[in-house]
Amino acid sequence: MSRVLLGIGYVFLYAPIALLVLYSFNASRLVAVWGGFSTKWYGELLRNEAILGATLVSLEVAALAATIAAVLGTLAGTALARWRFPGRTVFSVMATAPLVLPEVITGLSLLLLFVSTEQWLGWPQGRGVLTITIAHATLGLAFVAVVVQARLAAFDRSLEEAALDLGAPPWKVYATITLPLIAPGIATGWLLAFTLSLDDLVLASFTSGPGSSTLPMVIFSAVRLGVSPQINALATILIGLVALVVGLAFWLGRRR
Amino acid sequence: MIESKRLRAGILLPPYLWLLLFFLAPFLIVLAISFGETAIGVPPFTLGWPPSLFSWEILAGDSLYLRAWGNSLLFATIATLCCLLLGYPMAYAIARAPGRRRDLLLLFVILPFWTSFLIRVYAWTGLLRPNGTINEALLWLGLIEAPLPLMNNAFGVVLGLVYSYLPFMVLPLYATLEKLDATLLEAAADLGATPRRAFLSVTLPLSLPGILAGSLLVFIPAAGEFVVPDLLGGPDTLMIGKVLWDEFFTNRDWPVASALAVSMLVLLGVPLALLRRAFAS
Repeated sequence: MSRVLLGIGYVFLYAPIALLVLYSFNASRLVAVWGGFSTKWYGELLRNEAILGATLVSLEVAALAATIAAVLGTLAGTALARWRFPGRTVFSVMATAPLVLPEVITGLSLLLLFVSTEQWLGWPQGRGVLTITIAHATLGLAFVAVVVQARLAAFDRSLEEAALDLGAPPWKVYATITLPLIAPGIATGWLLAFTLSLDDLVLASFTSGPGSSTLPMVIFSAVRLGVSPQINALATILIGLVALVVGLAFWLGRRR
Repeated sequence: MIESKRLRAGILLPPYLWLLLFFLAPFLIVLAISFGETAIGVPPFTLGWPPSLFSWEILAGDSLYLRAWGNSLLFATIATLCCLLLGYPMAYAIARAPGRRRDLLLLFVILPFWTSFLIRVYAWTGLLRPNGTINEALLWLGLIEAPLPLMNNAFGVVLGLVYSYLPFMVLPLYATLEKLDATLLEAAADLGATPRRAFLSVTLPLSLPGILAGSLLVFIPAAGEFVVPDLLGGPDTLMIGKVLWDEFFTNRDWPVASALAVSMLVLLGVPLALLRRAFAS
């Protein structure tokens, strides 16, 4: 019984994606009409400069935001896993709320912050890559912090204690023992933050400015108008890349 | 143990300051602007003293907002229940699968989470539209005579929410079911309990923390969802996240959008607090 429902669950999760991939090779523009196999939409996609430009913006933002999120999230995760300090509750709420908080709230509030500080302090001048990066880094921070915190909770402290007993200064213990041991968690967190940033529509729409549209923003304005074969082709490429990376990670994980 | 105070401060302060500046401060500004008034200019609002209750009166006076809130809570509740009904058996079957298979099954639940959310919701529009795959197939089979209305209504929205947030339900459920002590079930069987009875009086009560965590992880973001009601919904299925978006981008009414954000934060504060407690235990 539960096996049957498991199967239904997988069909439910994957059927729409499979059809999207199929349609991307459909020569016909219409969804339900099969006009023969064709890769023409891929050709059109590669000549679409709006999409190519937005892809570059998205990759730049995602790389920057994931890196900031990895650094700050690792520090936040360490503090949350290890210590009690004044204001810990506030800190922990701030560090984890972005995980589930509807993005329209965070997006609007960050935009209003940027508008206000620009008015009063003259910073940031206009909105664009910088402001989207800050928004995505704040979201990514929460994910990295959770992963790192979980990693530290299952951490053997005796190595740190041994290093301290042998006279290593605490910062050196943190840098040479703790960080390398939680590095896989940090890498997972970075990848999560990178993916979330590439995927985010709402935060980017609120915090972007003219000339800095991200890929999801371009996709969104295209699909709002209806089915778009070029977007099907783009989706197929993105899904293929993700499947490749995740499959490779899984295979490597098994071999060890 | 890292005991040095300076090291602690060095580790704690950068993320703390970042979050105060880019997470807490923005909410205070939203709160302030919700008491402002719209104006023509850049930025399109003014803040005066005494605070203006104008946007809050609009929020309380126009039934549109109340309907949007009602829809949000209703759709999010139905979607949460559907996720639970589908996700529980899935998590249960995965948790009972043999070791190697289990990793793979779990991977296939997580995989959609790594691919674009926007594209996955968009994929459904190709299936659900009047001339989409499902309707064309049913017409071809002769099962229906006219296309069924599958999107731009409540059905489309709930389906989209269930589809988007199902992994959020399966993962915490799997985590609790996987840790479940199998000897408890053996004991129940030895004492004469039928599998059904053992499930109802052992497995189900012990998986309640997972049910609670999963339900909140689905409910909170679903209630504030924007993409799903925008792409799969219609004029009758407004949800609060979509209304906020329209107030901001279409009507350029920043104070009302801010008041909506504050109202969302207050109403979702209760489930958010519950989620924190669920994770703490």
